[in-house]
Amino acid sequence: MPTNYDTISKAHYRLRVGTLPLILLGLGLLIFAISLLDAHWRAQTLQAGTGAALVAELGLTDLALFTEARYTRHLSQADRHSAFQDHPLALDHFPSGSLVPPPERLRQP
Amino acid sequence: MKHFLRRQRYLIDFTVASLARRMGKNLGLLGVYTLIVFLLASVMLFTQSLRHEASLLLVNAPEVVVQRMLAGRHELIPEDYLQRIGKVRGVAAMYGRLWGYFYDPVVQANYTLMVPREHAPVSGEVKVGHAIARTRGLGLGDFLSFRSAQGQSFAFRVSEILSSDSELVSADLLLVSEDDFRTFFGIEPGLYTDIALEVRNPKEVRKVAEKLTVLLPDTRPILREEILRTYDALFAWRQGIVFVLLAGSLLAFVIFAWDKASGLSAEEKREIGILKAIGWDTGDVIQMKFWEGALVSLGAFLLGYLAAYGHIFFFDAALFAPVLKGWAVLYPKFHPAPFIDGLQVATLFFFTVFPYTVATVVPIWRAATTDPDAVMR
Repeated sequence: MPTNYDTISKAHYRLRVGTLPLILLGLGLLIFAISLLDAHWRAQTLQAGTGAALVAELGLTDLALFTEARYTRHLSQADRHSAFQDHPLALDHFPSGSLVPPPERLRQP
Repeated sequence: MKHFLRRQRYLIDFTVASLARRMGKNLGLLGVYTLIVFLLASVMLFTQSLRHEASLLLVNAPEVVVQRMLAGRHELIPEDYLQRIGKVRGVAAMYGRLWGYFYDPVVQANYTLMVPREHAPVSGEVKVGHAIARTRGLGLGDFLSFRSAQGQSFAFRVSEILSSDSELVSADLLLVSEDDFRTFFGIEPGLYTDIALEVRNPKEVRKVAEKLTVLLPDTRPILREEILRTYDALFAWRQGIVFVLLAGSLLAFVIFAWDKASGLSAEEKREIGILKAIGWDTGDVIQMKFWEGALVSLGAFLLGYLAAYGHIFFFDAALFAPVLKGWAVLYPKFHPAPFIDGLQVATLFFFTVFPYTVATVVPIWRAATTDPDAVMR
């Protein structure tokens, strides 16, 4: 029966049940740190992309995320009535209309 | 210090052995916990990355776009507006933009037709966005046929396919010459879709916009900062919608975790009683339970976060794509560029790891401060 921690042998130390979870946790923390560095590094290299050059060259204003309706394709260019284009009480046809809010400018009073 | 560390290691050993005794239950908890962190972290990383990418791309958008409105709708703007705008002090450059939409019944997709200012294709040729080329199976030299506004058939030869790197802004673009654009849509010379402006002093943009609304009351200026704010709000909104949808499962998890962490089973109470009877003091028991909470929640956080990182940045957010696509036939295939907001990660960490650890420790503290004899009975 050991009286203090020093009497535990090295062989016994290696077999302890807590070792594997601690190693896995340490590994997880290491990969977490690597993911932060990876994000930093990849963000640095991707900054000057062809997309930005195309936006400048063509004078583009919007992302091509939702191409189904004109007020979601060019969200920032939409007017107040575009979601209700057929008549004033017509409901929005397109699912992406529920995923996008009205342009910021139109939400101001 | 050495003594303290060794003591903690023994407590961890005991905690792991204790967790292993209820392996199925604890693995189930770890699995659900990991899934919740994975979903939250995926949404967070995806929207953060898109928001960052949008701000990087759209920072090059025109400083001011002037649209003409007629009866509340966007209307073509006459060329003479360019001269009138040119008289406004502070305007450095301006040009009319020609762009419009075309619905292609063959693939039931909407295209954006545009006339580039520079390097426009020659008449009869077209530069196509990568998503169009993919959807219609186009290669260089192939022909695209459309019916024009007058019912005539137009054939464009594909002279270039725009780079897939720029798909986020160019997926549905068709770049044609000015002559082809005007003939195709039947737009008279001297009319443009809208006008883009550059302002000499960025601080004067708002002032110039104000002057324009006075000078040209039937127009409305759209500023670049408004475009940027719109996209910033879009991703905040979408993140909010997903979080609301996730709220049900989040609450279910909170109840599950709270029940698991705070409701001590008779077996656990007995264990604490025995530990106290053999000489453990209250502090030891609390430290042991702290390690239990910390190991489970930290493990779930790391697993969930790293899985989300892989999902978004290595598998291009494959699980979210169907939601984002909506009804659109053309959807940009893009690779989200990693951008991590430290504050958001810290918030996620705090709200996933901290409550569980506290929920584990508090009831134990209550049980551990009572008499061992009473606890064991």
